[in-house]
Amino acid sequence: MAALGADDIGIEAALADFGIHFLYHPTLSLHSGPETLQILDECVSGDRRVDALCVEGSVLAAPFHTRAGRDEPFSKLIRDVASQAENVVAVGSCSAYGGVPAAGSNPAGAEGLQFSEDSYGGLLGPEFRSKSGLPVVNIAGCAPHPGWITETLVALKLGELGEADLDAFARPRFYADKLAHHGCSRNEFYEFKASAEAFGEAGCMMEHLGCKATQAAGDCNQRVWSGGKGCTDAGFACIACTQPGFEHPGHAFQETPKVAGIPMGLPRDMPKAWFVALAALSKSATPARVKKNATRRHQLIPLWPKKGEETDAK
Amino acid sequence: MSRLVVGPFNRVEGDLEVRLTFDDDTVSEAHVVSPMFRGFETILLDRAPEDALAIAPRICGICSVSQSVAAATALAQMAHVIPPMNGQFSTQLTLACENLADHLTHFYLFFMPDFTNAVYETKPWYEELHKRFRIPDGTSRLKAMEARAKFLHVTGIIAGKWPHTLAIQPGGTTLELDQGARIRLMRAIEGYRNFLERDCLGLPLEAFKEINSIDALRDELNTKAPNSDLALLLKVFDDLNLWSAGPGADQFISFGAYPINGEKTLREGVWDAGEIKPVDTSSIIEDISHAKYPSMPTSPAESHSDADPEKADAYSWCKAPRYNGRTAEVGAYARQLIDGAPLINELHSRTGSSVAGRILARWVETARIVPLMEIWARSLQRNENYLSEYAPIEQGEGIGLVEAARGALGHWMRVENGLISHYQIIAPTTWNFSPRDAKGVAGPLETALVGAKKLEGEKSPISVQHIVRSFDPCMVCTAH
Repeated sequence: MAALGADDIGIEAALADFGIHFLYHPTLSLHSGPETLQILDECVSGDRRVDALCVEGSVLAAPFHTRAGRDEPFSKLIRDVASQAENVVAVGSCSAYGGVPAAGSNPAGAEGLQFSEDSYGGLLGPEFRSKSGLPVVNIAGCAPHPGWITETLVALKLGELGEADLDAFARPRFYADKLAHHGCSRNEFYEFKASAEAFGEAGCMMEHLGCKATQAAGDCNQRVWSGGKGCTDAGFACIACTQPGFEHPGHAFQETPKVAGIPMGLPRDMPKAWFVALAALSKSATPARVKKNATRRHQLIPLWPKKGEETDAK
Repeated sequence: MSRLVVGPFNRVEGDLEVRLTFDDDTVSEAHVVSPMFRGFETILLDRAPEDALAIAPRICGICSVSQSVAAATALAQMAHVIPPMNGQFSTQLTLACENLADHLTHFYLFFMPDFTNAVYETKPWYEELHKRFRIPDGTSRLKAMEARAKFLHVTGIIAGKWPHTLAIQPGGTTLELDQGARIRLMRAIEGYRNFLERDCLGLPLEAFKEINSIDALRDELNTKAPNSDLALLLKVFDDLNLWSAGPGADQFISFGAYPINGEKTLREGVWDAGEIKPVDTSSIIEDISHAKYPSMPTSPAESHSDADPEKADAYSWCKAPRYNGRTAEVGAYARQLIDGAPLINELHSRTGSSVAGRILARWVETARIVPLMEIWARSLQRNENYLSEYAPIEQGEGIGLVEAARGALGHWMRVENGLISHYQIIAPTTWNFSPRDAKGVAGPLETALVGAKKLEGEKSPISVQHIVRSFDPCMVCTAH
């Protein structure tokens, strides 16, 4: 549904500009029932060319998801069409890795198309390749940015997305080679380890509020979301929804687990000793303005105070 | 007698199968099947209370904010926290935006394309409707998609990504809008008003919401906006007599919508044959006699969602909620009926709920809520909090009741020892698309379909499609 807002014109129009059209889409197609079944049958038999099979939602164990109109598991349809499709695309973390339905006791046996959480496997198995030779392309994210969806599909259509363009979790690298942290407007607070203690405050949310933007794939903070901002810019923690297994972090989503006061989850690639040393150093260098503003909600100390205004003096 | 299975049923949110039995050309019996179950309520157990804010919205990519607000409301009860005024306005703005955007999506993407179906080729209105509403490039469809995307800037500006924001918290919302953001917010609402007044309704919102009868509506549109999308639709309603198609239940529920300072903007109530009574949550039960669950307590405060996929006589993953032992219809029609919107009350006194009534109620609601959104946006105060703090929730019980686009949504939640020990959700379409209950009483849609007629040779009768889509089902929420 987010994709309906793609590029502020909607996914149909955004894709049509590149000659991509839906053969079938459950919420956009005209026909229902037998006419739909016929289209799907032709996709399965190979009588109709399928350039891309896009799947949203976790693959569920047989009894929990039956095909409407056919008394068979939904997963069979996915498997049958996948075997004929030029490309197979998992749209969202659910169909990519299992996602939220795989959390807790995983009551419906949720898994991804080609992953179960962070390991290759899933419905189609590690060896699966679609006709184009690619593994399942995982547009991970919950929900993924509409641009990730349209841009991946257009790249496939143009023949520009190869295996080298996918990362270890089969995510398109054009957005997965970035951290959600990149471009976060709270970067100054991060640099000086000036932390917010509660939501609504201006500071960095990594130390106390569960923010995983330094550990999560995504160019989230470099994009516009529905005319607004990404998660951290909107004042709440990144919960790493682009990462396999994000649904069970092992702690409350909105709290940072710590050992001896040090966050357990450190920024990607960052050796712990260096992190601790740099954090101590940067904390000691924090400008008073940054330190004070970190725990404020409004009436922040301005960068250029006028005479008589609160200044950055200690 | 003949049978027909319509599935997959397209242009609804999620998976739906409808099984029909015909006497000649007339539906004599219908069974509505929700074919998918994920077990969200079980997944929520044993987690930190606020994890519900991350998990529950992910039930659905179209009703996400309403699930957030329901979870936040239940948590706020347990935390004894009241959001500051800014937080209340921003929460209701985000919810209203999602709800009204859903009305738009339903109309332009789900409901109207049926009139471009070839079965209507000989109708005098067909050519114009086909031009405007055909998939994928009808002129009105394209305009509406753009209007929707820009209106959703309201959610983007306040809550960041949509769907699945964590901006909505028990104590309010997380982002303080700066001066520029608040102006962009007002512009997004204004842009939507312009679309409604120019293209969709063709009338000023203030004039539209005062219209008190269908005849007056016809007159207004004929004289002032004969080319609006709505004017065109009225001609179709008249021609196909959709005023009496798909009659609903005789009981309607609204939990009341958009509370500001403890007062609901749209009143709560149970409409029982013309009388409006307060909602008593202890009168709500979930019957599972034809749903794929083992026997369990019927109160949502005590029931659970363990599955029994092979259960005999069960045909749906949707439980059957009942109020005072009876079925109830929920949605924009119920809200506007109960809140006393003149047009819907006049219509109801003539025809009861119907395909046409359900569609009109969404636009009546839109015309009434957009001006309030303008007021709420202007009411946001600089240098005042959006979020109140509260002590960690160790134990308690909360019921989060909200109105989603599709109707009454309830979250029943209990926390013990700092962890969620109980979670049950009744979604709007759970009411409307419920299966039969222990007494064999069919759900609202199952009842509404009886009497629908199929045309010669039809495999998925168009009359059935109008009725099903008039409810704007969200199957993903229905069985979660």
